[in-house]
Amino acid sequence: MTYKIVASQCTSCSACEAECPNVAISEKGGTFVINPKKCTECIGYFDVPQCVAVCPVDNTCVIDNSLPRYQPAGGAA
Amino acid sequence: MEEAFQPNEFEAANADQLGDLLQKIADHKGCGTSGGSGKASCGTSAGPADMAPEVWEKVKNHPCYSEEAHHHYARMHVAVAPACNIQCNYCNRKYDCANESRPGVVSEKLTPEQAAKKVLAVASTIPQMTVLGIAGPGDPLANPAKTFKTFELISKTAPDIKLCLSTNGLALPDHVDTIASFNVDHVTITINMTDPQVGAEIYPWIFWKNKRVTGVEAAKILTDRQLQGLEMLTERGILCKVNSVMIPGVNDQHLVEVNKAVKSRGAFLHNIMPLISAPEHGTVFGLNGQRGPSAQELKALQDSCEGEMNMMRHCRQCRADAVGLLGEDRSAEFTTDKIMEMEVKYDIDARQAYQNKVEEERMAKVEAKNAELQTLAGEASDVSILIAVATKGSGRVNEHFGHAKEFQIYELSTKGAKFVGHRRVDLYCQGGYGDEDSLETVIRAINDCAAVFVAKIGGCPKDQLIAAGIEPVDQYAFEFIEQSAIAYFKDYLGRVNRGDIQHVVRGDADIRQGAFIEV
Repeated sequence: MTYKIVASQCTSCSACEAECPNVAISEKGGTFVINPKKCTECIGYFDVPQCVAVCPVDNTCVIDNSLPRYQPAGGAA
Repeated sequence: MEEAFQPNEFEAANADQLGDLLQKIADHKGCGTSGGSGKASCGTSAGPADMAPEVWEKVKNHPCYSEEAHHHYARMHVAVAPACNIQCNYCNRKYDCANESRPGVVSEKLTPEQAAKKVLAVASTIPQMTVLGIAGPGDPLANPAKTFKTFELISKTAPDIKLCLSTNGLALPDHVDTIASFNVDHVTITINMTDPQVGAEIYPWIFWKNKRVTGVEAAKILTDRQLQGLEMLTERGILCKVNSVMIPGVNDQHLVEVNKAVKSRGAFLHNIMPLISAPEHGTVFGLNGQRGPSAQELKALQDSCEGEMNMMRHCRQCRADAVGLLGEDRSAEFTTDKIMEMEVKYDIDARQAYQNKVEEERMAKVEAKNAELQTLAGEASDVSILIAVATKGSGRVNEHFGHAKEFQIYELSTKGAKFVGHRRVDLYCQGGYGDEDSLETVIRAINDCAAVFVAKIGGCPKDQLIAAGIEPVDQYAFEFIEQSAIAYFKDYLGRVNRGDIQHVVRGDADIRQGAFIEV
């Protein structure tokens, strides 16, 4: 539960939606949003969060500091 | 306005680079066909004489593949593909891509179903609309599901419309078979380099195998995928056009190598476009002051690559949602709200009947040109000049000087009239009276021309054009462009030979930056 999309920066290009392994991203009110209940920061899937890597505008997919960081199940590290 | 324009300021700034370029050209000319006068003028302007009949059949009504067709046929793009898999320094995705789709104008994103409806609506309204392209605003193959769904819907409801797409090539090898299965027979790949060192200056990153890859490594992957994709397409008989953005000091000289690389892999047409980079576009190049080429630099590079390879010079670098003839944009007539309300009746027979009439007009135009060319047969002269033509289509001199949004540029010599480019200008005449600043812009844009052909022109701009050394010509109003141009050139040579006028070599001209201004 931890990445979010800065709505004012989002170009609505939808690139992140297709890359998210958790199907956590969807369009809402013209821009894209991440469902914090589904986001795993891509831990267990990829080395880097896919939304961050594919987003054309820097600093648009960012850690949501208002929420606790994602904890992988099984208590790893 | 007198103080404004110094043609020599270009020459001072760019003389060194132009010199280098001309040297490259001299070197490169050796590997093209040196004779081939027919091929050289091809730029796909010629007809079956210098083109295999099956190729001509594919391009004859495709405005983006045939210079000749672009006077008569229209295309449309549907913006169903917003996502992209690479970042280019000439593109700012916050305002769409500055080069392949015009900046500042937000495209309406469409679903495949909306796009299919829009295509039917446009095709019913504009019977000469023959081509549907998907060009973004991202990369069509970074949105494969949306792109191919759109093709599937359109091929069912409007089977006479040609399908094409334009891609950066990164994902291309993965989709070649699907492209072939939808009978997409025109694919454009944007290839700006084959040397990864050059590429690293153009592409900050690519998204590849779930990672962001940067620098030379990214450019290496990209060029390998582009060339592999190009080979796979041409093996399957799919016509490929290569677009290259000319970035002075970055890839301008290198594009001669790119031309060789794509030619050897079977590309049909090479379209070298000027970089568009105004600071207000917010692109990396725009912000760091990277300039675009002048008209003379662009033409020199295009000329240098014109051997056995057809060069495209009529590209308008249009938006990913453009509608209409190249150089016009009717997208505002077909917004999603409007098309959803439209009663659409798709009448394939009526479209065909209209297009048959267009073909008759085209034949008449070609015959008129050939007849006029006969009269030049005895002339021998090294003189060549450029002229600017105000036209709104159909290959005729049929636009008022003050209403022209662009001028088409023809090079005239004893070989005939050859289309070599176009210049976009702000609309100079608004509401019937001239605006001096705009006229200045027009003169800058056609400063390399000896004459400007118009359907009509007012007294004031006429005097100022003459003062700038550009002859305003309205005697060919509504006539065919090429026939008129050849007749004018014959007269020009006569006047030079009699000593009535002096032939002078004109200076350089501006390529206008910034977004197209809608009225």
